[in-house]
Amino acid sequence: MALGKLFRTTAFKISLAYLAVSAIGAGLVLSSVGWNIEHLISDQTAQTISTDITGLSEQYAQGGLRRLVNIIQKRTSRPGAGLYLVTTPLGEPIAGNIASLPPDILNRSGLVETAYQPAGDPRATRRALARIFVLDGGFHLLVGQDLEESRRLRQILGRALVTSLVWLVLFGTFGGLWIARRVLERVDAINASARAIVSGDLSGRLKLAGTGDELDRLVQNFNAMLDRISILMAGLKEVSDNIAHDLKTPLTRLRAGAEEALRTARRPEEYRAALENALEESGRAIQIFDALLSIARAEAGAGREGMRDFDAGAVACDVGELYEPVAEERGIALAAFAEPGLTVHGSRELVGQAVANLVDNALKYGGPRESGQEPKGAPAPVAQGSVEISARRSGGMIEIAVSDRGPGIAEEDRLRVLGRFVRLENARSRPGSGLGLSLAAAVARLHNGSLRIEDNRPGLRAVIALPAAGARREPPALSAAVPGKAA
Amino acid sequence: MSAMRILIVEDDFEAASYMMKAFREAGHLADHAGDGLEGYARAREEGYDVLIVDRMLPKLDGLSLVRSLRAQKVETPVLILSALGQVDDRVKGLRAGGDDYLVKPYAFSELLARAEVLARRSRLGLAEETVYRVGGLELDRLAHKLTRDGKEIPLQPREFRLLEYLMKNAGQVVTRTMLLENVWDYHFDPQTNVIDVHISRLRAKIDKGFDPPLLHTIRGAGYMIRDGTR
Repeated sequence: MALGKLFRTTAFKISLAYLAVSAIGAGLVLSSVGWNIEHLISDQTAQTISTDITGLSEQYAQGGLRRLVNIIQKRTSRPGAGLYLVTTPLGEPIAGNIASLPPDILNRSGLVETAYQPAGDPRATRRALARIFVLDGGFHLLVGQDLEESRRLRQILGRALVTSLVWLVLFGTFGGLWIARRVLERVDAINASARAIVSGDLSGRLKLAGTGDELDRLVQNFNAMLDRISILMAGLKEVSDNIAHDLKTPLTRLRAGAEEALRTARRPEEYRAALENALEESGRAIQIFDALLSIARAEAGAGREGMRDFDAGAVACDVGELYEPVAEERGIALAAFAEPGLTVHGSRELVGQAVANLVDNALKYGGPRESGQEPKGAPAPVAQGSVEISARRSGGMIEIAVSDRGPGIAEEDRLRVLGRFVRLENARSRPGSGLGLSLAAAVARLHNGSLRIEDNRPGLRAVIALPAAGARREPPALSAAVPGKAA
Repeated sequence: MSAMRILIVEDDFEAASYMMKAFREAGHLADHAGDGLEGYARAREEGYDVLIVDRMLPKLDGLSLVRSLRAQKVETPVLILSALGQVDDRVKGLRAGGDDYLVKPYAFSELLARAEVLARRSRLGLAEETVYRVGGLELDRLAHKLTRDGKEIPLQPREFRLLEYLMKNAGQVVTRTMLLENVWDYHFDPQTNVIDVHISRLRAKIDKGFDPPLLHTIRGAGYMIRDGTR
């Protein structure tokens, strides 16, 4: 991995920014601690000095110069003692542990910071904080504290500041680089496989690290996008294949009929019959075309902007009422019922059409068996057919179920029938395009719902499950029911 | 019905000439405009009963044409023709000021029936009667009551609405899709003959045992309710 690329990564920039912020923070904390400590020490020093001076001047007042000199000599003989100096009014030292001072210091009042040479080591120059007190009789008393300690303290603090900053920068830089590198490695891996998938095999998928972090979620979404793309691609391919096949079939018949009429028809009524035939064939082609378009549009998610809230129960009952006379005519009892208040956000028209398709199927294939299809010798069917439409709430979903008591669909065929143009063997002889169920499935998916085909024991139960209005739902896993894979 | 004056705004000349010929055969007067601007000018200046407007037109598209006409207070009924047949396309068309929407390709009988219904509605004005009468059949919309020759006939709510729509357009051909749209408010093709069965049920209630029959099947087109004796 090129270093320049590393420096350009977001992760590195972010860690650099954090580094700067924490360096400034550490600097501020350490300097404020140092400043406070120094302040405290110098306060304490000044306090000690003035207390000392008060004590000593009292001793002087009580015991005179001799006593003062005695005390100072006693004190200075102890190690770690403070600084003391008693001089004549002319500045000649009488007692104390200071060898020499800069001139004029003795005439200053208040706290003074000054250089001095200690008595034990006259060549060394050190600094001290001191106060000069003029005693009765013109003698000068100097009491001070060596500043070496606090200088060392400041030095230690300064060094600590520098050291911690250096460590911070080192850790920050390398840590940032390390994190950036780790993240980048995964992003690069994702990029590489994404490129490979896009430029070549669309069926490939990115690998999940299994950590469930944001990169994993990105990968999941990317994979979902790829799933969607392959569904759309498969759909597109299917549509073109199916247009080729199922639209060309009626067109071919239409053409053949017209040609034949031109060749053989002599009388007007023959022409008329041929033209009526042609109209019927073109009507069939248009019907198939419309259904294909509706499915394609529903699958592409078109029409989402036109969605509004409607009562799914009312749709179920409306469709039931629409088909009830037809059912009765075919000797099938059709019943519809719905729980109240089943509000769905979506397209009433499309859901209505989906339910109508299911009812249409139930009436076509779920009715009493026609005698022609009955195996020879079997008793005539006694049970009348019955179809039931129901709408109810099930958790956050609204389920519209259409159940019949017909022969049903074998389990292995159930997913297959959702594909376009799939018509099971025993349905080929009856009218229909084979698009009804796949349109219903596409409509369900458009609403983030699903279409299930279940065993009604006996018979078939088709359930459109739609999310109830207000209950937002993640789009379902796209790979669960890919339409037309088996077609 | 008496002859209506129709303006067809359609850029496909072949389709337009088929339509004109068919409308003339049905006893109407049909003119043609080949683009949106010409259609707009003629619709404003000449008094047509119905405008048939293609949605995709050169110079000025169909929806803008209708919107401009409505802005100029031209209230001639407009039937929009379009290849786009989804719900939202239809809603857009009606929102622009169209009175009806028909998806291509269509049967001419469908177009004729819809155009005639629109033309008649505009001639009769917006005032709707509260009681519809055809022959001895009397439908009271407020009391929700139906009688024939003074005898009350009970109807299911949907049957009532079905008959109401037929009687509102008495003497006019009403197609199956028009019934599905206006009585059930669905626009899809139900594939099965659901409407026919509803009609035959209704017919059993209003015509059985009475003379003459009032609810007629118009072959290849749809249904019509009319007083056969006139």
